[in-house]
Amino acid sequence: MKEKVLMKGNEAIAEAAILAGCRHYFGYPITPQTEVAAYMAKKMPKIGGTFLQAESEIAAINMVYGVASTGKPAMTSSSSPGIALKCEGISYLAGADLPAFIVNVQRGGPGLGGIQPSQSDYFLATRGPGHGDFHVLVFAPASVQEMADLTGRALHLAWRYRMPAMLLADGTMGQMMEPVALPDECQAFGSDNPWAATGTECRRPHNIINSLELAPEKLEQSNFARFERYAEIEKTETAWEEYRMEDAEICIVSYGITARISRNAIVEARKEGIKVGMIRPITLWPFPKAPLLAAAEKVDSFLCVEMNMGQMKEDVELAVRCRKPVDLCCRVGGMIPTPDEVLAHIRKLAEGGNK
Amino acid sequence: MADHEIVIAGFGGQGLLFAGKVLAHAGLLEGRELSWLPSYGPEMRGGTANCNVILSDSPVGSPIVQHPNVLIVMNAPSLDKYESEVAPGGKIFLDSTLITRKVERKDVDVYYVPATRMAADMGTPGLANMVLLGTVIRETKCVKDETVDEALRHVIPARKANLFDANKNAVEAGRNYKE
Amino acid sequence: MAVVFEKPKSLTDTVFHYCPGCTHGIVHRLVAETMDELGIEGKAIGIAPVGCSVLAYNYFACDMIEAAHGRAPAVATGVKRALPDRVVFTYQGDGDLASIGLCETVSAACRGENITVIFINNAIYGMTGGQMAPTSLIGQVTQTSPYGRDPKTQGYPIRICELLSTLEAPAYLERVTVNSVKNVKNAKKAIKKAFQNQIDGKGFSLVEVLSSCPTNWGKTPQKALEWIDEAMIPQYPLGVYRDKEAE
Repeated sequence: MKEKVLMKGNEAIAEAAILAGCRHYFGYPITPQTEVAAYMAKKMPKIGGTFLQAESEIAAINMVYGVASTGKPAMTSSSSPGIALKCEGISYLAGADLPAFIVNVQRGGPGLGGIQPSQSDYFLATRGPGHGDFHVLVFAPASVQEMADLTGRALHLAWRYRMPAMLLADGTMGQMMEPVALPDECQAFGSDNPWAATGTECRRPHNIINSLELAPEKLEQSNFARFERYAEIEKTETAWEEYRMEDAEICIVSYGITARISRNAIVEARKEGIKVGMIRPITLWPFPKAPLLAAAEKVDSFLCVEMNMGQMKEDVELAVRCRKPVDLCCRVGGMIPTPDEVLAHIRKLAEGGNK
Repeated sequence: MADHEIVIAGFGGQGLLFAGKVLAHAGLLEGRELSWLPSYGPEMRGGTANCNVILSDSPVGSPIVQHPNVLIVMNAPSLDKYESEVAPGGKIFLDSTLITRKVERKDVDVYYVPATRMAADMGTPGLANMVLLGTVIRETKCVKDETVDEALRHVIPARKANLFDANKNAVEAGRNYKE
Repeated sequence: MAVVFEKPKSLTDTVFHYCPGCTHGIVHRLVAETMDELGIEGKAIGIAPVGCSVLAYNYFACDMIEAAHGRAPAVATGVKRALPDRVVFTYQGDGDLASIGLCETVSAACRGENITVIFINNAIYGMTGGQMAPTSLIGQVTQTSPYGRDPKTQGYPIRICELLSTLEAPAYLERVTVNSVKNVKNAKKAIKKAFQNQIDGKGFSLVEVLSSCPTNWGKTPQKALEWIDEAMIPQYPLGVYRDKEAE
């Protein structure tokens, strides 16, 4: 294994994207993700890549659309309010079947909100960020190592499936430093993209990158085809991690920073003899429905720990088909739940007993 | 070795994040599990700032330190804020040049280090953070003496490499300080 | 028999959807002729806008990209940065370029992106059925200015060439029209220069083409062409607003 280095989560994203072969970055300053742009600004000119501070978030995502149209990997990064602005472009990327990598280092909202960490863009990310019927791949890193690893995977899968992929982190993950073993340099993308707009060289009919289809019967077919691809992705790309689930009676469901906090609470609860475990979604779309449904056969209850008003809770209830109660432990607006708060919630559920 | 859950707090500009980075790098060099988490935002520019560092022999769960067993404080508001959060039996290190009040808790060990005065006497008034760090390392053994030097070399940016000796001396002064 | 007139290679066989008397067809042809003459059809990448020319991607035989409304200069920036040796152009209307996409227009011009912008100014939103455009004239009656554009509540028409000429970076800005044979020839010269500039690495070039919209202006094609002379040119004087080469 490579020697570990100490890096901020935001820097790990930038370096991992470069190592995965991404040479085009477009961004706009916004806290708490600006380190991604700063890193790219420093590094890209030295390796023949593009760093461009765009005039707006909207322009940045459309520059990504332009690069993606040529078949080359491109990315942008922002935080919640900026991601909302990018949604138009993300929908066009999805509609034109273009790959792209989008980083969202979330902060509290709605509106201008605050700059402290949040997970309140869960709906925005997992329901298809933009107008129309579509999905993007959504990855939820829970360590700086995963910030790097999932960046590589997101870029790779975005190109394999020709669709946008989003890394859904939060201010804590972006700002913290941890030892990270950077991935090896790789070319995550094929250079042969027969669909791309690269110039015909007068050797083939012209390629058209487009999301417009005025004939409804054709537009319907393209939506159907896209969702067939999504069904395949749900089968093959869903990722999650289970922690102490072997004998668990309470199952915490949590991702990103709150999964880390929950882990502390689980360790303490176990000391008190409470059988609690965790299913940590690594992909939020596709969502790990199967392991949750399987867990519903064994556990008494579920507890969602997240930094929003229970956005993922809806997915958990659907996944377990409401067979078991699903409770919520949350802090919002930039507040972060403490392990003690989670522990108190676990105790309450444990006392509620096996009904 | 027991986990070290460290909070370093004070004003922005006192080198709190830097001190945390030195500990984190030393931890990295020793192959330990660790996390370093800064407060961020407008408070970086002159308000109160803090940094959480966890050094452990098992994977770090939450990077947010709720109950530090090592608290390093460089201004009075930070002592007011964190004193009650310190885990029983924990250690509090404070810059007694800048904080005149005493710690009220009886269930913790307290180290009063006139770090700002010592640093000023050495002609490097900006290095009170390193003086405190020296005492912290001696008392907690959270990292080894020899890795601190190497950590400093990593953390001090190349353009300020000439400040290595001053930093090293400040750590040394803190290490040798006796109340 | 000698061929005296033919379709440019850079146009496909797809029949234009444009209304009778619309000058989009003329400008499409001028762009295509330019690509033929410069031999760049195989290395050109065009960006179509949202608006009447949204389907331009079906008409130009080069590779084409359909952009979101107003975002063509940003998309073109991405394409040009990824493939600097390609010839990248946008083809945009007034709503697209001067209203919803004004920020992208000004910013791409300000950066001096080495792209070519063909700007169709017909003082109206055609595709959606004749609403007021940023370039609609004072007093112009449209669906959304039924009593005539009133500057008190609806502001004044925006002059893009003049606006962009305040910037340092643009290499070439010219306003032309296509309402007479002479003017068409002049427009062709300007468009060709705007493409040649890009090939020569000179930077941002924009040609504004005053165009007609008989359908939404409620005029016959002939009257529409005359209205360009009578009403539009006084507001939007023809001419070169920037030519770094000549300076």
